[in-house]
Amino acid sequence: MSEVADIGQKGDVVLAARNVAKSYGNIHALKGVNFDIRRGEVTTLFGENGAGKSTLMKILSGVVQPTSGEIILDGESVAFASSSQARDRGISIIHQELSLAPNMNVRDNIFMGREIMTATGVDFAEEERQTRLLMEELEEDIDPLTPVEELRLGQQQIVEIARALSVNSRILIMDEPTSALSASEVEVLFKVIRDLTARGVSIVYISHHLEEALQITNHAVVLRDGAMTAYAGREEIDLEWIVRHMVGENFDLGSPPTGYEMGDVALSIEGLTVPDPGGAGYSVVDGLSLSVREGEIVCIYGLMGAGRTELLETAAGRLTPTAGKVVLKGRDVTGQSIAQCIRDGLVLVPEDRQRDGLVQTMTVGRNLSLASIGSFTRGLFTSAGRELDLVGNAIRKVHIKTDGGDAAIGSLSGGNQQKVVIGKMLATNPEVILLDEPSRGIDIGAKAEVFKLLAERAKQGLAVVYTTSEVGECLSIAHRIIVMRRGRISAEFGPDATKEQIMAASGEAVHAH
Amino acid sequence: MSVTPAIDTKAATSGGKRKKSLVELLFEGRAFFALIAIVVVFSLMSPNYFTINNFLIMASHVAIFGLLAIGMLLVILNGGIDLSVGSTLGLAGVVAGFLMQGVTLPQIGVILYPSVWVVVVLTCLLGAVVGAVNGVLIAYLRVPAFVATLGVLYVARGIALLMTNGLTYNNLGGRPELGNTGFDWLGFNRLAGVPIGVLVLLVFAVVCHILLTRTAFGRWLYASGGNERAAELSGVPVKRVKISVYVLSGVCAAVAGLVLSSQLTSAGPTAGTTYELTAIAAVVIGGAALTGGRGTVIGTMLGAFVIGFLSDGLVIIGVSAYWQTVFTGAVIVTAVLLNSVKYGRR
Repeated sequence: MSEVADIGQKGDVVLAARNVAKSYGNIHALKGVNFDIRRGEVTTLFGENGAGKSTLMKILSGVVQPTSGEIILDGESVAFASSSQARDRGISIIHQELSLAPNMNVRDNIFMGREIMTATGVDFAEEERQTRLLMEELEEDIDPLTPVEELRLGQQQIVEIARALSVNSRILIMDEPTSALSASEVEVLFKVIRDLTARGVSIVYISHHLEEALQITNHAVVLRDGAMTAYAGREEIDLEWIVRHMVGENFDLGSPPTGYEMGDVALSIEGLTVPDPGGAGYSVVDGLSLSVREGEIVCIYGLMGAGRTELLETAAGRLTPTAGKVVLKGRDVTGQSIAQCIRDGLVLVPEDRQRDGLVQTMTVGRNLSLASIGSFTRGLFTSAGRELDLVGNAIRKVHIKTDGGDAAIGSLSGGNQQKVVIGKMLATNPEVILLDEPSRGIDIGAKAEVFKLLAERAKQGLAVVYTTSEVGECLSIAHRIIVMRRGRISAEFGPDATKEQIMAASGEAVHAH
Repeated sequence: MSVTPAIDTKAATSGGKRKKSLVELLFEGRAFFALIAIVVVFSLMSPNYFTINNFLIMASHVAIFGLLAIGMLLVILNGGIDLSVGSTLGLAGVVAGFLMQGVTLPQIGVILYPSVWVVVVLTCLLGAVVGAVNGVLIAYLRVPAFVATLGVLYVARGIALLMTNGLTYNNLGGRPELGNTGFDWLGFNRLAGVPIGVLVLLVFAVVCHILLTRTAFGRWLYASGGNERAAELSGVPVKRVKISVYVLSGVCAAVAGLVLSSQLTSAGPTAGTTYELTAIAAVVIGGAALTGGRGTVIGTMLGAFVIGFLSDGLVIIGVSAYWQTVFTGAVIVTAVLLNSVKYGRR
């Protein structure tokens, strides 16, 4: 990696936003934001989904232009016409959705669009050398010639970061860089961030993972509904302060619902074994047994690759196990089709809502009714009236903020989209609901609402199983916390467990908070 | 816990984006306005264009493409493509012609002359079988739709040529004493002044419209075309849906083949060559997305009429056939351009 141009002192203001506002028609996505980004320091943007974080990032990185206000870079007012102009001035952005070509190798991805040329063509040897240096610096053992599609999601993120570093960025904007990383990879990333800041690179950091962001940040900017609600240095802030400014009041993710009797065993998984889909020869779920009672909420915690997703997908009929049984209310449902499982009352809310959860071309209402078409079909035809009832019910019960079932799915915020996926499955009146990372990529307010909703349904006898990779979310509504490690259950806790206990059981290095 | 108020305002703002302006209205109905424009322009240029008789003649030309386009729409909604429909049309015509000539059973020394209805049913079955081959190749053997149907395009055409040795069946009238007359009814007869072919198209369009808007199958199709993984996880039988659309497309092509050979009173093995492209064009002009999940029967019908009325209009005002090709191409590209503007905005 080449040296960062050395101008100015650490702590100087390199980039400043002055009354920056952005409107789309009569919608004010951002209203008069003021803050400074200082040289060699980390500035974190906090805010719920839809608070204006992404708009602000797009403005800083030149993807969109502000409606009013100005961006001041090194003391002079600038207006970027495109993101490549911003990149030329040293501002790079790493998007939450990775922008790598999966069919190409790491080296070619890093130098994509700015290949090192010699008289006879691309200098692959030099590119490879530089890639190796970058990987060493990031402490990642990734061969430059590995195709990106063969890397784990976390490693792909590292490649993305390496690419941003390779263009000598002075200001690096990171949008949720840790959402797909394991704890040890997060540690590496934080070390990289500290190295970068020591060299004078300024970081703009966006994360839903508040505790994590607090470890690294020097300044915090909090946005709510497009307006900046707070801007302060690290020494003045703590978790509660951020949450207070994000949502305007105090709240927590809830506690296990009580005051009712749990029923019989609703779902029982017995010795379930699932081979690695890639055919690597080991089992991603290894003889795992688990039973969940009616009205019980079970949280499955584990690192990436612990087998949580495969466990849920096998239970719900998407993958076929090589051994073991899935028993729903005393009936063996192993190997049934997904449709059959849904009819029997065993449903799955998938992890990746964009890829597996939503049909983007359909309206909110049609997404909600998709899994229960049979319930409003009489003979050959669907009944528009019954469907309307079902959709209206789902919107009310799951508290989806939308201007009706006819709204485009893309018009909803991330949290509300997630509620659509959950509402779709709840509309089938399930006995057991499996949720794979239901809180992924949604803001803290929506998280709390999702958990509250699940707790309410559990009281009515629904068996709930959800996975998470945030310890804080284990210690919310779950009656029982199962920790998975390499396809097996490594520990089981009640709701009074500590974060350290849970993390230790998952094989995660406990980092100092 | 009461965090609800914080989110209410966001929902309200996102809702504001959905107001429809006049521009958007024009945009939504672009195929319709294009059709109106075509009719107006040609009516001004030729006194023969704006007559009921001419419209009926043009409509019976459109019937062929329209039938293919309906089947193609189903496939495209599923996110696939069916290149085999032109060949299936040709093969269906040839098989119908073959059956009309009488089927010789050498073992028992009998020549069977199936009646016209039997011929129609058998031909539709043939279309269904060709479609099922496409569907199984694509859904279960995971051959890309483009490649599978391209292969079937060649195979079906080859079989049609083999069956006739490259020649054309001319005698499709049947003989009264054999009880197999009436094949030309499809192509020539009229009910209340409307050609039967046009009525067939109308029936298919209405049935398909109901299928798409009012049945579970329609919903499954839109869902699996929009996001197959999400549809599957919601319990949609995505493989069955996929096979069904190719079967239906095959049946539509077979019916189009029957109508065409009846209109021509002959069945040639090269009939319908490149018609699959016209069908795709009609679907695209009608606003469907080639990526799947978006499109309507009404749009597709408008698309088919735009193409048909445009090319016939050019014939009527005496523009050379070469220019017709150029104009049709320009219309297709413009349509796709507008589609990408529409779907690319979000």
